[in-house]
Amino acid sequence: MAEVNQYCTFYVDGSFYGINVMDVQEIIRYQDMTGVPLADSVIKGLINLRGQIVTAIDLRRRLGLKPRSKEDNPMNVIINTNDEAISLLVDEIGDVIEVDDDIFEPPPQNLRGKAKELTTGVYKLKDKLLMTLDMDKLLEFSVLNFK
Amino acid sequence: MDEDLDDIIQEFMIESTEGLDQLDRDLVDLEQDPTSKETISSIFRTVHTIKGTSGFLSFSKLEKVAHAGENLLSLIRDGKLAVHIGIINTLLSMGDAVREVLDNIAANKNEGDGDYSSLIQMITYLSEEDGGKTHDQAPVADLKEPEPNDPPQLQAAEEAEPSAEAPVKTEDKKVESAPVGSNLNESKATKVAEGNIRVGVGLLDKLMALVGELVLTRNQILQFNTNQDDNNFTATTQRLNMIATELQEGVMKTRMQPIGNVWNKFPRVVRDLATQCGKKINLIMEGKDTELDKTLIEAIKDPLTHIVRNSADHGIEQPEQRRKANKPEEGTLLLRAYHEGGKVNIEISDDGDGIDSSRIVEKAVSLGLLTENQADKLTEQEKINLLFLPGLSTAKNVTNVSGRGVGMDVVRTNIEKIGGNVDIKSQPGEGTTIIIKIPLTLAIIPALTITCGNERFAIPQVSLLELVRLENKRDIESIQGTPVYRLRGNLLPIVFLDDVLGLNSGNENGDNSIQDESVSIVVLQADDHQFGLVVDKISDTEEIVVKPLGKTLKEISCYAGATIMGDGKVALILDVMGIANSTRILGKNHDKAIGETDAELETTSSERQNMLLIEAGSSSRMAIPLSTVSRLEEIPLDSLELAGNRNVVQYRGEILPLINLDEAIGIHSTSTENDDETLKVVVYSENGKSVGLVVKNIQDIVEEELEFKPGMNRPGIIGTAVIQKKVTELLDVPEIIKNADPNFYETVGVN
Repeated sequence: MAEVNQYCTFYVDGSFYGINVMDVQEIIRYQDMTGVPLADSVIKGLINLRGQIVTAIDLRRRLGLKPRSKEDNPMNVIINTNDEAISLLVDEIGDVIEVDDDIFEPPPQNLRGKAKELTTGVYKLKDKLLMTLDMDKLLEFSVLNFK
Repeated sequence: MDEDLDDIIQEFMIESTEGLDQLDRDLVDLEQDPTSKETISSIFRTVHTIKGTSGFLSFSKLEKVAHAGENLLSLIRDGKLAVHIGIINTLLSMGDAVREVLDNIAANKNEGDGDYSSLIQMITYLSEEDGGKTHDQAPVADLKEPEPNDPPQLQAAEEAEPSAEAPVKTEDKKVESAPVGSNLNESKATKVAEGNIRVGVGLLDKLMALVGELVLTRNQILQFNTNQDDNNFTATTQRLNMIATELQEGVMKTRMQPIGNVWNKFPRVVRDLATQCGKKINLIMEGKDTELDKTLIEAIKDPLTHIVRNSADHGIEQPEQRRKANKPEEGTLLLRAYHEGGKVNIEISDDGDGIDSSRIVEKAVSLGLLTENQADKLTEQEKINLLFLPGLSTAKNVTNVSGRGVGMDVVRTNIEKIGGNVDIKSQPGEGTTIIIKIPLTLAIIPALTITCGNERFAIPQVSLLELVRLENKRDIESIQGTPVYRLRGNLLPIVFLDDVLGLNSGNENGDNSIQDESVSIVVLQADDHQFGLVVDKISDTEEIVVKPLGKTLKEISCYAGATIMGDGKVALILDVMGIANSTRILGKNHDKAIGETDAELETTSSERQNMLLIEAGSSSRMAIPLSTVSRLEEIPLDSLELAGNRNVVQYRGEILPLINLDEAIGIHSTSTENDDETLKVVVYSENGKSVGLVVKNIQDIVEEELEFKPGMNRPGIIGTAVIQKKVTELLDVPEIIKNADPNFYETVGVN
């Protein structure tokens, strides 16, 4: 029997991505952000989530995509990793969908750049492709970029 | 089912660890007073509880060790065996063994492979010294498996100690220490136990965070309320306000713990050290109940232990030495904690030999941490403070206890990390006192809010010295590109916050052309250094709740954390030390005073300056730039001595040549009546050499914009100026000194 996985999906620069629903704490609307000078450009700012300070990471920057236009306010996907909450800034939120392992494939060989490091694979949905992101690698930049 | 068992083990671990701490304390007490029934019972109960529960949880090793100890203790309790030092030592090592096993259980869920048979043998041997009868009782508990349904301790107690059955039974239910057979105290203990529950720190932290959020929401509602006319709503808001405040205080209190929790291990530490070094030390603890935040308690644990060990090892002398110094053989180590001015003070004082400051200086010079010239200028207190430099230890011998030179600097770093500070006071021959001051809580601190580049930042008030506003940006001068500002005659290094953070604040609404802009400087203290931080706007001080930053941001040293402001937005908290480090304010030079003096000599005319007004000759008014003055002294006439044909005095262990100002500038004092008992001396220092100018009177210190006219052509006078509406002559101190002592500048060179 194929294992059933639930993914929280969203769009970033037109592409369809998903992260395991168990990693997601909640999804909130755009929040005012406080910039962090000196920090990696991937870090967009800090938001106040009910008294908790949450670091917001711009997924467009992280995935090496072109920046979003100023009028578009991103949504926050709050994920919870190792006792720390982090917000992923995405363009638009999709549904939580169930996929089974039958339609899974590892990332295609010709995938290039950051997308290749950060995706764990592709689910071939009927109408589109869902790329799943590797949460740990997504947050690893901090160690690499600060010297 | 497994989880249930885990919970029980967890509970057992916590209980036993507390019990062991109590055991250490009790054993040290017992050593002082070997006949105290109360102490013996308390020890017995602790060991007994551990034995019982470990049997129930089938930790056989633990049970065996505890059981042997219990046998020995029961003999003592029944008065069949007298307490002696061997017994105390063995029981202490038994405690250590139990601790080791417990640590193993915590780490690996098994008892580890430590071999305690020799320890058990030792204990058994001690019990048999007296031919104790209990020996044949020992196997009983081992043979019978306790039935899980019964309270384990009780059963074990009944089997092992039929005679002690009744009292032990009642106590074990209560766990807390109450003397055997005293019904009154027992009921008290019951109440203590019933009135307390264990709560995880994580839960408290969460509550604290929620309360913080509630307070913020309340602030927003209060703000909203000011625009409303509804009386009902106003009343409700006020009530909410009150409740929120009380709730906040209440939750804060739950995190408070008595400092005694840390101190409890010190009797053992001190005792072990004293035995090891052959000293006698009496440890006195005052203010055990002083409460502070749990996180702070954790943070001061290691520094405190270090200081206590230091005091016991180096501070207090050997008994013979003490006898020679007419002190009681037994040294006293006093721990004192108390609240003062919103802070917790912890004092650790010993009545030992004190700190020999000359030895510290010697060591510091030999390590190249400062030059001899610099060392000569230090005050006694500054010399002692050298101890905080990395790598310094005054212990002549490196022992395994202390003296390796990693010490006070680490202590200070750790204490400063939590917003506290450390002071050492020492009287040679009489003892040393170390005072630690720490804030009550880390969670909420007063901070100054500033704006820079459209972002708000908070600066912890502890590092804040003063705020300076310059009307003109040009007041900031530069030395080879390094901005400085003259703050009351001292050079203050200036750091632009927007540069440090890579923000382009000022240039956003205009270009560099706005040079006349006013500037706000926040003067900050980092370590021993001061610097001025230029910010766009200074807002307000308020109490902020410190929140940690995420892992990804922790590595940026300029931030100490983040906080949520009244409007719900996030602001970063600046780390003053981090900023100082990143701009190399905390450079290699420890001689900032000297550097400043040199720079200040270049002072030109028409500047605001601090001037020292003095009187010379027949009431002539003279002024000396304050920056060239290192100190003002009154020296008793009878301490004047003659060396060569010059007047000198002994001053701070040095010979200070004196120059009579009147003679030097060629005015004759009309009155030679020296009815004063003292000479007023202005001490001038350069490059480690000092000279004293004898003046008739020291009048005042003024800050004036000087506009002086050269002229007069008298030796030693630069010119005249009007200060406080009176004509005042300006002295050329270097020239006067040169005239009086051509050699003074010889070694100084062309500086």
